[in-house]
Amino acid sequence: MRVRGLRTFVLRLAPWLCVLLLWYAVRLSGFVNDVLVPSPQQVGARFIDLLLHHGLLYDIFASARRVFAGVALGIAAAVPIGFLIGWYRPARSFADPLINFFRALPPIALIPLVIVYFGVDELAKLVILFYAAFFSGVIVMYEGVSQITPLYIRVAQTLGASELETFLKVIIPLTVPHILTALRVALGVTWATLVASELIAAQRGLGATIQNASTYFLLDVIYVGIICIGCVALIMDTLLRRLSAWLLVWQDRAAA
Amino acid sequence: MTSSPGARRARFDHVSLGFDTPGGRLTVIDDVSYDIDEGEFVAVIGPSGCGKTTMLNMLAGFQAPTSGRVLFDGVPVSGPGPERGVIFQEYGVFPWLTVRDNIAFGLRLKANRVPAAERDEICSHYLALMGLSEFADAYPKHLSGGMRQRLAIARAYAVRPRFLLMDEPFGALDAQTRIHMQNLLLHVLAAERKSVMLITHSVEEAVFLASRVVVVTARPARVKDIVEVPFGYPRTEQLRERREFAELRAHVGRLVMDEYKATTPAQSFVPAD
Repeated sequence: MRVRGLRTFVLRLAPWLCVLLLWYAVRLSGFVNDVLVPSPQQVGARFIDLLLHHGLLYDIFASARRVFAGVALGIAAAVPIGFLIGWYRPARSFADPLINFFRALPPIALIPLVIVYFGVDELAKLVILFYAAFFSGVIVMYEGVSQITPLYIRVAQTLGASELETFLKVIIPLTVPHILTALRVALGVTWATLVASELIAAQRGLGATIQNASTYFLLDVIYVGIICIGCVALIMDTLLRRLSAWLLVWQDRAAA
Repeated sequence: MTSSPGARRARFDHVSLGFDTPGGRLTVIDDVSYDIDEGEFVAVIGPSGCGKTTMLNMLAGFQAPTSGRVLFDGVPVSGPGPERGVIFQEYGVFPWLTVRDNIAFGLRLKANRVPAAERDEICSHYLALMGLSEFADAYPKHLSGGMRQRLAIARAYAVRPRFLLMDEPFGALDAQTRIHMQNLLLHVLAAERKSVMLITHSVEEAVFLASRVVVVTARPARVKDIVEVPFGYPRTEQLRERREFAELRAHVGRLVMDEYKATTPAQSFVPAD
């Protein structure tokens, strides 16, 4: 057991070590100008500097809060709407082209319009993140719900379930896995959209940090910002996976 | 129970089913009539794709005939209900519930709710009867195919249906498990008698389990013959070795095989030399 735990730990650590080695290799190879690629220790030092003197934690918090709010609202809308579209075929033919039309638009292209309609405040950023979370989540939901087999519903009916009971006791449990997948996908897409949303006159936040740093060509700050986004997204995803594994113990899966 | 043994439970009364297709009218079931009486075990056998399952779906309440009537206890069937338990070929055990909660599912519904103590008692009874006690708290993902089907039977039995509809229930199981399940089913039926409609494509299964075998023609489905099975219950494994059993099985087998020939090009049955 102990040996296995150690092996898992090494296996998890190895890819990061590889990235680090590659990073050094790129610098030492001489193919790239050193100025354009800050060294890992330089980025590390900048990280500590930002943390202690420039309130990096608050930037992380501001961004995480935006992502969280965007995903929460986006999924809260995507679950019922995705469910309806997946469940009722006519709703699907009605909504499918619309959803695919809007999904194809990159949120960044909407920024000028969002500024016109929603200003440059927190609301504007939320709208962008909501957009990203909603359209990525709704697709997962309706694809998943439309694949629910009628067998379980028939079984429930033959045991005497009313429509409400069938919904509560059969359809909801079958929908939970799709809600969790939608959450995961939306979380990824929303983090990816964060920098774009913080292009809108944001003072604080990881995206804003990156934007401001690019103005002054502070490459190490950009690196810190990118790594922070990746780390926070990874932590959120891990938590969500733990939650899924706990909620879906019944699922037949090779590994959690 | 309101009716005496021998009373009519289910009746197919000149039942037909057809679809309009671009190529013209497609008749799936053509004027089928037969009855299933209280306590009877009726097997319906015929070539695959002949519409046997459709008949079961009609009695279960999933599908309506285009003409004729499907009656249960003298009343036209209008939808599914707990007095007609259905065992599906794909089991349909709920993967998100433990074995015990699967059995308890029906007992928690408004239609057949019982006090918690009684529910636990019923669950334990069927867990034991179906040999699933050890797995009471396991999820279905840990069960084999045969165990899943045993669970599906236990779940259907738990709500005390008067009638069981079984749609090729053992079709997906290997030969040994299948024989075991047939014996188990007879054992359970001996303990708690029900009227049964069994859809199968196995002649051996039909003759071994049923008191009457309805042989159905290739599409469109018509009743080709109704064969009485004269062996009483309880039946045991020894029945399979009796000469009368072998003869009856051969007789039903010929009836069914004729229908397969009718649907397949004749030359494929001519020996190669």
